[in-house]
Amino acid sequence: MNYKTIIEDDIDILVAGAGLGGTGAAFEARYWGKNKKIVIAEKANIDRSGAVAQGLYAINCYMGTRFGENNPEDHVRYARMDLMGMVREDLAFDMARHVDSAVHQFEEWGLPLMRDPKKGTYMREGRWQIMIHGESYKPIVAEAAKKSADKVFNRVCVTHLLMDDSKDNRVAGAVGFNVRTGNYHVFKSKTVICGAGGASNIFKPRSVGEGAGRVWYAPWSSGSAYGLMIEAGAKMTQMENRIVLARFKDGYGPVGAYFLHLKTYTQNGVGEEYESKWFPALAEMVGKEYLDTEGQHLSHKPIPTCLRNHAFISEVNAGRGPIHMVTMEAFQDPHLEEIGWHNFLGMTVGQAVLWAATDVDPKYENPELTTSEPYVMGSHATGCGAWCSGPEDVSPPEYYWGYNRMTTVEGLFGAGDAVGGTPHAFSSGSFTEGRLAAKAACKYIDDGKAEGIRVSDKQIEDLKTKIYKPLETYTVYKNEVVAGSVNPNFINPRQGLDRLQKLMDEYCGGFGVNYMTNEKLLSIGLKKLKSLEEDMEKIAASDIHELLRAWELNHRVRTSESVFQHTLFRKETRWPGYYYRGDAMKLDDKNWHVLTVSHRDRKTGEYTMEKAPLYHLVSEK
Amino acid sequence: MPTFVYMTRCDGCGQCVDICPSDIMHIDKTLRRAYNIEPSMCWECYSCVKACPHHAIDVRGYADFAPLGHSVRVHRDEEAGTIAWRIKFRNGKKDMELLAPITTKPWGTGIPKLADEPAPSKEMRDSELLFNEPKYVRMDGGDLHTLESNGLTLKAGVYY
Repeated sequence: MNYKTIIEDDIDILVAGAGLGGTGAAFEARYWGKNKKIVIAEKANIDRSGAVAQGLYAINCYMGTRFGENNPEDHVRYARMDLMGMVREDLAFDMARHVDSAVHQFEEWGLPLMRDPKKGTYMREGRWQIMIHGESYKPIVAEAAKKSADKVFNRVCVTHLLMDDSKDNRVAGAVGFNVRTGNYHVFKSKTVICGAGGASNIFKPRSVGEGAGRVWYAPWSSGSAYGLMIEAGAKMTQMENRIVLARFKDGYGPVGAYFLHLKTYTQNGVGEEYESKWFPALAEMVGKEYLDTEGQHLSHKPIPTCLRNHAFISEVNAGRGPIHMVTMEAFQDPHLEEIGWHNFLGMTVGQAVLWAATDVDPKYENPELTTSEPYVMGSHATGCGAWCSGPEDVSPPEYYWGYNRMTTVEGLFGAGDAVGGTPHAFSSGSFTEGRLAAKAACKYIDDGKAEGIRVSDKQIEDLKTKIYKPLETYTVYKNEVVAGSVNPNFINPRQGLDRLQKLMDEYCGGFGVNYMTNEKLLSIGLKKLKSLEEDMEKIAASDIHELLRAWELNHRVRTSESVFQHTLFRKETRWPGYYYRGDAMKLDDKNWHVLTVSHRDRKTGEYTMEKAPLYHLVSEK
Repeated sequence: MPTFVYMTRCDGCGQCVDICPSDIMHIDKTLRRAYNIEPSMCWECYSCVKACPHHAIDVRGYADFAPLGHSVRVHRDEEAGTIAWRIKFRNGKKDMELLAPITTKPWGTGIPKLADEPAPSKEMRDSELLFNEPKYVRMDGGDLHTLESNGLTLKAGVYY
């Protein structure tokens, strides 16, 4: 294994993973750090990497303050309501007050934003969403990042963060390998902005066999945001808050534009409205503050995503599935029909392919919906991620330690899925978080906080040995068996992934058990995960591509452990429809109106859990 | 719907290998052409299909739920700033052509080089503002929102 070691030294800002968060960070960093060295490391190609690789047909987070539409606090209240109260409102407010400036720049850069011809405003899909022709959303923002960065290392998979050997709990860069050449890359950097992704594919997906890649979030979203940061000792928050999506069956095509713009609606298998009948019992579970069944019609408050899922799941379990999306009315209008199809082509081509393959013409047939397997991420209608500092002028003391979006590891910042407690950021909000992190990282350096960082050769060499071990394992043991993938000495990454997905599904509340778990199940699951972690020492990779999969799996396993620990800690059912704690089926504000925060000791692997206070925006009037 | 590559159209140029977000388009060493090495990690994102200069890459719906005999083809043109789709149903009854813009400006021309922008003042550095702010927040003279400006406080506990 004679892979070269390539060292990139004297970096000021290293962006690890450049989806929307990472590109925002790289772009903005140049403004605040004119002479700073800005480097991007990305496991794919930043022109088409991250969750927005295939495009988007909407920007889901836009205030429209310039048109008098919303103020930032309106969005915070919406996100709080949708997440059953569990939001870092300082971070959410901060993101919302800046997000429009990102969107206005996107338009200037050439991203086609649709306009309302009468009002001159952006075409609204819903209160927060604006419609775009976003096939090239990612290549456009990547262009901006490339103009700012000194160097872009495409196809370098970052596997570990480097830690300072002279000062405890301070980041010093990152390492990884090139998935083409196999070479070992060392990035010595004063700060790292983690723009890596959330996690698909840790819970068993509904799709099987060849279709296993048909997941809602991109299959390359390997939980690396969490895998990297947890290994570095960063505190995490709300990792129990996985998300389940109600989407078009099999293709997971988005439903936002269908509900909000096309005004389609759902009904059960016998053509009835089904949601409202589940609400009285649900209101008993979660309390009137979270589901006001009588006042809802008057207040027009949207019903939290998880609670709508709950009604969906309950109706199917009652034997009145499938749930259909009623498209046949809206699709009679040729203009709306075209929008319905463009919506898929712009962001989930697979759904168009599926309908073409199964002759489902939504003009004449109402397509089926399903609830997905759970996902762990922090930018859609959920807020998993690192426990980060907020901005000085907004955050209360418990939420503030000097630098906006800095984790509890010094010099390590987050953006997008990496930042916890900030749901509903979506693409534009993630980009904005990257910008905020970049400004703060420059300030951190200018304040002299990154002086005297030392990285020992030993740390670099130890990580190199560790990274390539799966190749070594394969070489040593492959000839012990005649042929095939069954070997008593190792498992391959696919086999490991299958095992992870099965145990997450069965013990941590996947679709296979109707999203149900309890303390006993979680404890068994954690035990099984522990033995998988031991087997990860014996994972084998036959080539560099499999080595990539091996490290993605490592990040997924680390993410899963955190999900288990958090789910075990929160003894209540806060988000029915996302998951259920069978041994604590009620929402419990008395004990659990808090954010969960975890810390994994870097040396021992031991977890400690704590509760952090929840602050809410309150009007002074 | 995993991708596949037509033998007679692929010339092994590697554009698909270069762009695939999932690292699954590789060149076959014997045939010197591209193919999908891991269909179960394909998101049908069409990045490779759009990038192929010979339209050699197509997609066949996932075997576990999509019957054969359909087609969704695409032509993306950065110079024209458009993307054109054609969707054909399995039963042949529907054949749709759809066109959408992908950019409103010649490629890359609307994006500033921040190294050439005037450096931010100390006042700007000490503020909560980002590049182009406050102007771009509201496109008027308005300042950035703060808790104070919006009459808000953050309070711990259960408040709704």
